[in-house]
Amino acid sequence: MNKIKLLGLLSLMSAMAYAGGYRVSTQSNKQLAMGHTGVAVVNSADILFFNPAGLVHLENKFNVSVGGFGVVSQVQYQNTEFGTFSETDSPVSTPIYLYASYALSDDLAIGLGIYTPYGSNVTWPTDWQGSHLVNEIELSAIFIQPTISYQLFDSVSIGGGPILAIGGVSFNRNANRTLTNEQGDRSNIAIEDTGVTGIGWTAGLMFKPTERFTFGVNYRSLINIDSTEGEATFSNFPNSNLSPFQDGTSGFTATLPLPAELTVGVSYKWDKLLLAFDYNRAFWSEYESLDLVFENGVESINPRNYKDANTYRFGVQYEATEKLIIRAGYYFDESPVQSGFFAPETPRGDSNNYTFGLSYQLNPKFALDASFLYLKFNEVSESYDGYLEGGVPAPFAGAYQSRAFVAGIGLTYSM
Amino acid sequence: MKKINLKYIALFVAATAMVGCDEGFDETVTDVGFYSSGTADFSKYVTVGNSLTAGFADGALYLDAQRQSFPAIVAGQMALAGGGTFTQPLVNDNAGGLLLGGVQIAPNRFVLSTVTPAGTLRNSPGPAVYTGEAPTTDAAIKVTGPINNFGVPGAKSFHLNAPGYGALAGVATGQANPYFARFASADNATVIGDAAAANGTFFTLWIGSNDILSYAISGGVGVDRLGNTNPATYGQNDITDPNVFAASYAAQVQALTANGAQGALLNLADVTSIPFFTTVPFNAIPLDAATAAFVNSNYVQYNGAMVLYQQGGAINAGERAARTINFAAGQNAILILDEDLANLPNPGVPGTFLPKLRQATAQDLITFPTAGILGTLADPSNPASIIGVGFPLGDANVLTSNERALVTAAQASFNATIAALASANNLAFVDVNTALAQVASGGVAYNGGVLTSAYATGGGFSLDGVHPTPRGYAFVSNLIIDAVNAKYGSTLPKVDVGTYRSIMISDNVTN
Repeated sequence: MNKIKLLGLLSLMSAMAYAGGYRVSTQSNKQLAMGHTGVAVVNSADILFFNPAGLVHLENKFNVSVGGFGVVSQVQYQNTEFGTFSETDSPVSTPIYLYASYALSDDLAIGLGIYTPYGSNVTWPTDWQGSHLVNEIELSAIFIQPTISYQLFDSVSIGGGPILAIGGVSFNRNANRTLTNEQGDRSNIAIEDTGVTGIGWTAGLMFKPTERFTFGVNYRSLINIDSTEGEATFSNFPNSNLSPFQDGTSGFTATLPLPAELTVGVSYKWDKLLLAFDYNRAFWSEYESLDLVFENGVESINPRNYKDANTYRFGVQYEATEKLIIRAGYYFDESPVQSGFFAPETPRGDSNNYTFGLSYQLNPKFALDASFLYLKFNEVSESYDGYLEGGVPAPFAGAYQSRAFVAGIGLTYSM
Repeated sequence: MKKINLKYIALFVAATAMVGCDEGFDETVTDVGFYSSGTADFSKYVTVGNSLTAGFADGALYLDAQRQSFPAIVAGQMALAGGGTFTQPLVNDNAGGLLLGGVQIAPNRFVLSTVTPAGTLRNSPGPAVYTGEAPTTDAAIKVTGPINNFGVPGAKSFHLNAPGYGALAGVATGQANPYFARFASADNATVIGDAAAANGTFFTLWIGSNDILSYAISGGVGVDRLGNTNPATYGQNDITDPNVFAASYAAQVQALTANGAQGALLNLADVTSIPFFTTVPFNAIPLDAATAAFVNSNYVQYNGAMVLYQQGGAINAGERAARTINFAAGQNAILILDEDLANLPNPGVPGTFLPKLRQATAQDLITFPTAGILGTLADPSNPASIIGVGFPLGDANVLTSNERALVTAAQASFNATIAALASANNLAFVDVNTALAQVASGGVAYNGGVLTSAYATGGGFSLDGVHPTPRGYAFVSNLIIDAVNAKYGSTLPKVDVGTYRSIMISDNVTN
């Protein structure tokens, strides 16, 4: 391999697995390596997530995929007007997946998927400039999806299944920009809830007009995570009747939407080469406001005003040798965050995402998958204007530079 | 075949390593050179002054406000343009009181409370002395190590040049200042000497407020020392002679610039800019018609005497009008004693004199603590002795228009001196007076609010009604930054005023 080829390949890979908001596109090592395309790619049991209609197309009777990722992300904030700078020190988050499929007959397959499509893990320095909006947030949701897939006609299959989502959230912010206790420690509100459940569904269709072309469409429904059993902890509030809270704990309610998304895509296979394109629309406009209502009746209204957002994904796969398949991809991810609502909990603009990876066939049954994603968010100068203090808007503005690396490894078993 | 596999895997690893090396912002505000110091050198910032420089707020010097003193804020921004460490003689705690050999000599700070010291609910939130912790800062315990902030609460202009002002032995006798005693380099040291010895490359000097303010706050109980150039003869509440001020100030500027240091001089705010004098209006007495008529009946004789004295030529028509007491339905001007009125014999009781009564006008400024006594009974057994109506406010409660004119004249003279010295020494000049007047008249907008001088709610002034809050100090910091940038071509960024706190709320005030 000469240098020009190497450079070419590297620059090709310079292209995408996060989606905007708190959606994390890490549901398959094979597909992440291809720009997280997959609605029209039948590679493994991973298709259960991308398009349940494809499950029936798997060659083997029994397929299992398992894998995980390490997500390292960093956000820098600065405001040149005031000379302020902060950067996140977020812990590594580790999305995982497990898919299993079983062909009951040539035209009927069933499967079960467990995966974590939503998550966010952002830790700013405590009491940083935007701490009245967020100090730390951790969102996670595990989806469990029983699936059935049926070959309707020779060229058309359908599939779908219910989804049980189990979510958890912890969120920590200061009460406002300046309230402290008598010692000058910033007053803080932390909420936490785990084991919150929600129900949704997914359905897909796959159309294979020729051996080379595959079309796919998949819809995943909205799932609302309604938190009612969580606990809010108040700390460093002054001992005053004028204080909105006293130190201690209370209940709260909140709803976090995990929005619906629609994906349509196509793949083209030619000899050892597979090309794939997915168009993905996430219906983020559901996320209008994050409203916390505390037991004492005090409400924390946090407008979000997300908009529906598109993602364009491109992937390529090449069977380099009998044992090795290499993959690369790119996707462009529109941010669902609108101008003026740029909150530092998901401080993301549009992003260019570059992916690559490979699969190595260890033996006839087992293959090892690896993938890597580099996300480069455009540097944005934005503000969050939804914050009020005493009824007066106090926009939080600055420039953000975000990036993330995702590295994953997985194992595929076929029998 | 195996070799090819290895090559691909190596490529994967190489690509992973390559993208892992990406950097963040192209230019980060913390990068050297992002902000310029211009022709100034901020590497060592030294600041000299009184309580305003020390970070005094809410009637005390306490840790949280001290950490947000204007010099600390300015130094924080200077750190972005070559500024070094900035050390303050921090107190121990957030109680704020000061001890001398274990005995408390200065009270704890104020907080805004909804309860009284007895623990009962107040009608409306008000200032109360914080009792949530015991004071632990002792003037007898020296601060060790080098410091940059030479702000001494209570200091007047000439105090900064006075040897012995930090001698602990002199504190008890009033000859020395307990705050300076904490960090004076020696018993015979001067504040300005110690500050000059710190050898700063950049300084700010803000001194002179107490030279007029202690007189004003005392309600003009002291003496205007105009023409008396010996400060040794001055009392605590006196107005400093302008020549004494000018000489002291010039010596300080000379001491601070002797090593070639650059700096900024801050002028003095008007008394009408601080809530101490603007919170209680001159016409704070609400009466109904019946009560007013009853009250007026008690002044028929006094008013009649004034008419007679005018006819006799003892007083002019102006004084007669000023001394005619009249209450009516609605808001009424407060009854005050004015020592500048003529001494008139009491026709009813030969050998005695009539009280120097008049009703206040908009030109008189009522002191903030007066709010606590106005409308109460001077003599609990006498229902007619309502303070401000049937019983006059004393001298200490009112800065009368005459007294106020003395303050204003001295202030104008001091400010002219400061501006002239800034110009003569090619230093930055910070017009705090004009800026705080804007805060007091309508306010100054910042991101998330408007800074005004309204007591407790305006954000600019702490609960003593005289000293700024950290938010007010942040505002002053931006004035300094603007003036320094303009003078020296530096590009120091300002601070976000709304992120600094206003007053503190707490009900930890019970005894």
